[in-house]
Amino acid sequence: MKKTFKMVNLDCANCAAKMEDRIRKLEGVNSANVSFVTQKLVLDAEDGMFDSILEKCRQVCRKIDRKTDIIIG
Amino acid sequence: MTHSDKKELFSIIVGAIALAAAVIITKLISDIPTWLQILIFLVSYMLLGWNVIYDAIHGLIGGEFLDENFLMSIASIGAICVGEYTEAVLVMLLYRIGEFLQGLAVGRSRNSIASLMDIRPDSANLERDGEILSVMPEDVHIGDIILVRPGDRIPLDGTIIDGNSGLNTAALTGESLPRDVTVGDNVLSGCINLNGTIRVRVDKESDDSTASRVLELIEGAASNKSHSENFITRFAKWYTPSVVILALLLAVIPPLFFSQNWSSWLYRALTFLVISCPCALVISVPLTFFSGIGCASKRGILVKGSNYLEALGRCGTVVFDKTGTLTKGSFAIKRIEPFGIAEDDLLRYAAACEQFSTHPLAQSIMAAYGDRDIPESIENVELAGKGVRSIVDGHEICCGNISMMHDIDVMEDEPDEAGTIIHVACDGKYIGYILIADEVKSNASTTIGILERKQNVHTVMLTGDRKRIGEDTAHELGISEVHAELLPQDKVACLEGLLEDGASRNIKVAFVGDGINDAPVLARADVGIAMGCLGSDAAIEAADVVIMDDNLEKIPKAIAISKNTVKIAWQNIIFALAVKFIVLILGIFGIAEMWIALFADVGVCLLAVLNSMRALSIEK
Repeated sequence: MKKTFKMVNLDCANCAAKMEDRIRKLEGVNSANVSFVTQKLVLDAEDGMFDSILEKCRQVCRKIDRKTDIIIG
Repeated sequence: MTHSDKKELFSIIVGAIALAAAVIITKLISDIPTWLQILIFLVSYMLLGWNVIYDAIHGLIGGEFLDENFLMSIASIGAICVGEYTEAVLVMLLYRIGEFLQGLAVGRSRNSIASLMDIRPDSANLERDGEILSVMPEDVHIGDIILVRPGDRIPLDGTIIDGNSGLNTAALTGESLPRDVTVGDNVLSGCINLNGTIRVRVDKESDDSTASRVLELIEGAASNKSHSENFITRFAKWYTPSVVILALLLAVIPPLFFSQNWSSWLYRALTFLVISCPCALVISVPLTFFSGIGCASKRGILVKGSNYLEALGRCGTVVFDKTGTLTKGSFAIKRIEPFGIAEDDLLRYAAACEQFSTHPLAQSIMAAYGDRDIPESIENVELAGKGVRSIVDGHEICCGNISMMHDIDVMEDEPDEAGTIIHVACDGKYIGYILIADEVKSNASTTIGILERKQNVHTVMLTGDRKRIGEDTAHELGISEVHAELLPQDKVACLEGLLEDGASRNIKVAFVGDGINDAPVLARADVGIAMGCLGSDAAIEAADVVIMDDNLEKIPKAIAISKNTVKIAWQNIIFALAVKFIVLILGIFGIAEMWIALFADVGVCLLAVLNSMRALSIEK
């Protein structure tokens, strides 16, 4: 399943690159893209565990920059 | 400025005042004990630095050692340790100002890119039970009737059922010339209704409508990263750790092995930490490419990724499909060649014969004949693959190809012409022929001229047509290489040859087609460009670059935009790297003070962001 999510407070380009790198390494993620310019995450992950993967992505982002969040819903 | 921006600015100003106060107090009163001095500076330090240190601690708990907040905290705390109190606070102040300005600049560029893409309206006027309701476009469904007033943007694709107007399609095609529409015409979302109120029956849901699809395509473009972006991301991964390790070595080796002064070398090492963030590079390159994509989309050229935008500028060969791309794909009479009869009479006989035929060639004859009275045609017989035989004005007229002429034995060899020939014979005597050919698009020759002469691009034409037709068209347009009589699979093979040749010379090969029957070739090329795609989903799917209308001049324009974008991206990369490198060298020799290093770093970053905005526009 491939979905696009809006992100907020993605203020540092280097952080965006780091987030993308770590999200790609998460288990069950087929591909991921964090765009600093459009502030969007495009996540392609296994159907069954999509929600839990998304939650992990959120944690990854917060760990790198505590203000950044992914808007779900 | 948003509310949080104002808060940030306020706290920076308060911190700056506190720092100024501390500097003045310690300058005026000379005999303050060290502990009191530290305390005075600590006020401004905490005001400015608390957020940074808090973020650093947060990062540390998460295992982020090379986080820029952490490095900045270490640098400033280090400065306190070597007794440079003013400098410690100054580092925090400059860092905060830098981050603040950078945030503003990035926000502005995000907004200007977003405003380019503001082509989808937020509401639609839905007609229901005689009333007009303002609803979200998502709540309008196929078959609903919407009302579009003058000045409104059309929210969903549909068909006009009432009213007529002019449409501004600039948002989709980049062309400002209005297009007249009336009942029965299809209208596309994103266009602006200029002068009349129209009622539209919706044909597509909001998500499938043109405006949404175009937006989706441009926003998705950020996922296809260019080589320069990937290079920078890889570089950034190595840059920070390397600079930090160098800083460590700088702090330890000279004092330990060459008995140098500890605090002087520690200070130099701290200077390194201050510029260890690669942000100027990482921030400006994607911003530049996205600005370039925005610039192209404003002109009706949709680029599906930074990688394609980058490749466009490196195109050394542009391959064109002939029919429908360089030519209109519609047949028209090029010349009438009568033998012992008036030109008009020849056309009249031909029209009389062909009046019942549905063949495209017959239709072009009928179009040329126009509304004039057509003589009666009796015993009209259509001979498949040959032509038509009929009795007109008491004469037996044969109108058809060379094979028909062979059958009635009036001609042996066909004249050598670039086009399709329709021969006419009257009562067993040859009376002339009509030459029918595909028309070349009006700006095809200008486009080839710009590509070949101004942009130094080699042009190639592929066609399934006869060699003679292909060569004639190529000659007319000034195309340097032609491959004719190609079947669809031959086109792919031919392109592969060109790709190989391109790869050996390190240039990219673009293919331009109409996207209808050349999808495999579009997909195989380094850059597949589809033209005239307004409303054609298949072509948008297959291509890497989509030109919404069929204006060929957008190809050199797209190449120019690409070259401009890549140039700006590399200006940013080289400028940022050069400044960082110079500051590192100066830092080693202890010439660059910490605050100068930071100032340079922040300045480069801001200049790079501002420079990237230049990619949004291109001179004519």
